[in-house]
Amino acid sequence: MPLDNAESSTRKYKVVGTRPNRPDGVDKVTGRARFGADAVAPGQLVGLILRSPHPHAKIKGIDASKALKLAGVKAVVTSADLPDKTDGDAMLYDVLVNVMAREKALYQGHAVAAVAATSASIARQALKLIKVDYEILPHVTDVDEAMKPNAPLLYPKMITDGMDPKPKKPSNVVRRYEFGHGDVEAGFKKAEIIVERSFKTEATHQGYIEPHACLANVGPDGQGELWVCTQGHFMVRDTCARLLGMDFSKLRVTASEIGGGFGGKTTVFIEPIALALSRKANRPVKVVMSREEVFKATGPTSSSSIDVKIGATKDGRIVAGDATLRYQGGAFAGSPVEFGAMTAFAQYDLDNVRAVGFDVVCNRPKQAAYRAPGAPMANFAVESVIEELAHKVGMEPIDFRIKNAAREGTHSSYGPVYGPIGLLPTLQKAREHPHFKAPLGKNQGRGMACGFWFNFGGQSCVSMNIGVDGTVGVTVGSPDIGGSRASMCLMTAEELGIPYDKVRAVVADTGTLGYNDVTDGSRTTFATGMACIMAARDAIKKLCARAAQIWGIPEDAVVWENGHAKPAGSNAGNFPPMSLKEIAAQAPSTGGPIAGHHEFSADGAGVSFATHICDSEVDPETGFTKILRYTVLQDAGKAVHPSYVEGQFQGGAVQGIGWALNEEYIYGKDGRLQNAGFLDYRIPVCSDLPMIDTVILEIPNPGHPYGVRGVGETSIVPPLAAVANSVSAAVGVRMTELPISPPKLLAALEKQSAMKKAAE
Amino acid sequence: MAKVIIWSSLKSHTGGESNLEIEAGNVKDLLARLGETYPGLQPQLKRGVSVSVDGIIFRDGWLTPLKPDSEVVLLPRMQGG
Amino acid sequence: MSSIKVSTTINGDPTEYVCEADETLLDVLRNRLGLTGAKEGCSTGDCGACSVTIDGRLTCSCLVLGAEMDGAEIGTIEGMASGEKLHPLQKKFIEHAALQCGICTPGFLIAAKSLLDHNPKPTETEVRFALAGNLCRCTGYDKIVRAVMDTAAEMRRA
Ligand code: FES
Ligand code: FES
Repeated sequence: MPLDNAESSTRKYKVVGTRPNRPDGVDKVTGRARFGADAVAPGQLVGLILRSPHPHAKIKGIDASKALKLAGVKAVVTSADLPDKTDGDAMLYDVLVNVMAREKALYQGHAVAAVAATSASIARQALKLIKVDYEILPHVTDVDEAMKPNAPLLYPKMITDGMDPKPKKPSNVVRRYEFGHGDVEAGFKKAEIIVERSFKTEATHQGYIEPHACLANVGPDGQGELWVCTQGHFMVRDTCARLLGMDFSKLRVTASEIGGGFGGKTTVFIEPIALALSRKANRPVKVVMSREEVFKATGPTSSSSIDVKIGATKDGRIVAGDATLRYQGGAFAGSPVEFGAMTAFAQYDLDNVRAVGFDVVCNRPKQAAYRAPGAPMANFAVESVIEELAHKVGMEPIDFRIKNAAREGTHSSYGPVYGPIGLLPTLQKAREHPHFKAPLGKNQGRGMACGFWFNFGGQSCVSMNIGVDGTVGVTVGSPDIGGSRASMCLMTAEELGIPYDKVRAVVADTGTLGYNDVTDGSRTTFATGMACIMAARDAIKKLCARAAQIWGIPEDAVVWENGHAKPAGSNAGNFPPMSLKEIAAQAPSTGGPIAGHHEFSADGAGVSFATHICDSEVDPETGFTKILRYTVLQDAGKAVHPSYVEGQFQGGAVQGIGWALNEEYIYGKDGRLQNAGFLDYRIPVCSDLPMIDTVILEIPNPGHPYGVRGVGETSIVPPLAAVANSVSAAVGVRMTELPISPPKLLAALEKQSAMKKAAE
Repeated sequence: MAKVIIWSSLKSHTGGESNLEIEAGNVKDLLARLGETYPGLQPQLKRGVSVSVDGIIFRDGWLTPLKPDSEVVLLPRMQGG
Repeated sequence: MSSIKVSTTINGDPTEYVCEADETLLDVLRNRLGLTGAKEGCSTGDCGACSVTIDGRLTCSCLVLGAEMDGAEIGTIEGMASGEKLHPLQKKFIEHAALQCGICTPGFLIAAKSLLDHNPKPTETEVRFALAGNLCRCTGYDKIVRAVMDTAAEMRRA
């Protein structure tokens, strides 16, 4: 249940909001922290995966007999070893097919077989000995091409859902979504100025530095262990157990330290294969992806093609907004186009708005969630048009945005009415920020954009054990991808009224706690943090009861204040306050251990808005863009550990800068990925960037006892448009395709000067 | 009767209406009624939905009680990164 | 495959190992010696997660062969702290929250130490270029650069 909590805005915090050292810091700076690939088991085998070289091909047969004869090879698995146990669950079936190709290879890099051998070199030799008989099929990798009537079909029977009337012919379009309200056509009739543009964005990869890795160990008794780097080990357990026909409780999954995820580790790829190999070989099997495999076979985000039309009156009021979004999500249904369509206009207060989305399949790897999935591309298109429209209306883009910004009570473009939200404060703060007034030089431009993400809560289960020495162990089931254990300790310490360094948080395996949802949707500090607070309150109740027993007064005559049990009033009795430590010390002889628990499904995660400002400089000779200055202003509700909130803002902004300027999946005509490595898929490096300035706003979320909102995702939404707007301002040409790589920018500049010449 | 708002492309299953009225005590009942009244919505309900109740988004929490004048907005099932 | 015997010094300790001709130093450190502090992010020399020093020079351990290391002095993250005393860089990385997931951290620390060993007073630009061979996807580098600059300042004071 969401809480209605007025205390959050007035409460004075002792621990929350400070910046202590994180509990896993020493392990991580000394190399001791154990990540996915750092585990070993006695007698472990090396598992390697054979992948399709073709973007689209029928698999007519697989002959592994030679590989199996090679000394040291202990098991080979193909799709025949993973029979369909999905029981009509279409999404799970897609996961199964993506894990290991069945009748067809649907993209270059699609797994077709796997081996387990006693060494990496034997496993490599064995892969070469597996013969796959392919019948090559025509392929398509571009979203607009895939929607053409004669495009090669991935699923020859697929009829688009959500169309009225239902189409008769099959296509690569999975589904049509439409969101909005009002009458868009009528709105445009009132418009005095209209801007209409088309945009394209390329697929980008989450680019976590740690490739997927796991160590599986399954015995013939049906019991198994899995060590894995994942954003959600409970999800891994349930998914793998279902795919392999195991009992959930007999598969114990331990989450390793995780070297980045950003949404890309919210599903399974190698885990079911490692388990199947281990089961067949009856030995532990370790599978570690290479970087090339990560690029070719794990989730990039969608590439997109988007049309946007926005109309306004001369006084700067938007009267209608319309967008059509086409996202390809790789070879399976489920591109995040619905979130693109829902978030496209979410930052504005509009009477007439419509966003239509098409989910399209292509011969590319199955997209996986990437930080605010689907939102950045839609935001790029809409915020680019907004900037242009503001100029045409003759207003400063920031004033135009302020005039039209969504606020409390706005009927959002995706349906609900907003409660207290922080968009306007971020805009106002942006206008006052020194960055906004700083002078610009030649070939330099300033751009801005506002972005939105929903955030959600989900299931969390937390256990809290109070030691007899008065220290507290917090057991959580949410993998820590960016310092969340520190936040859990902070909230626990705050609630119990004890120092931060008396609390330790650990991430427990699936056998220890009830189900915890994946660490995604910016949910962990919000939902698991709330579970920590509730578990602390549960423990406090027991601590008070214990004090009441010791004092011989009724339980409800004891209150908890500043880490002490106290008689509620003078008529409750006259006892000196008893600290947590004093109560804990007596626990063994007053009824045994004291622990708090909480398990729930959290809702009421507040939406989150951000405004970003970007200055860039373009070299007209080379087309190279340098980011000169960058500022992020975002509402965090309440920043539990401000350093890690800033870190989320900065990290998201830089991923967005990469998306805007460099990063892209480049496909050849042969349907093969041409840049499956960090040399040619260039993520931003240290020397590309300035410091990323941050401003944390705190507009409390009524759905959390401390007012916390998720902060992890919104920060990647505005940068694409903020960067593109700044580059467009620097060169005077509207850039409508991402990334704005040097060749693209040079081409745009040449086109502009040719047009100028022709006009003379 | 709770007011239920569905997203535009689902209107083809509800005779063109995006504002519906459903009698239900909680979200679970409401989704069940919705599926019974408009069988065309079943595939989407099965694929998964989230809802917003009076402005607050619920990804799960199907036992959330509804007031007689609650406004429930149907949303695709929330995902994150 | 024939094995090759190698004698080296790792973090000051004489170390002997056997490896196959195609194993990288990173493979040897991680798989044969249990020194898993160096990470494999790419195996192509592009991410710096595998950074070590060889005879004092910053190197990607994924780009050199284990068999080439006979007589070399290798430094890894496991040798950075002395006893229970963390190196100032290690301390500052924790204090500045210069790590989120931490997979890139060992590589950054080795690279930053190598910078400060050669240039105790680097400018922000020098820090940024010295660390340009190390990828971090979480932090946007801001806090990493600050931690390195702050360490340099503190070490100069000391
Ligand atoms: S693993 Fe050596 S540079 Fe990436
Ligand atoms: S902290 Fe995660 S890659 Fe640097």
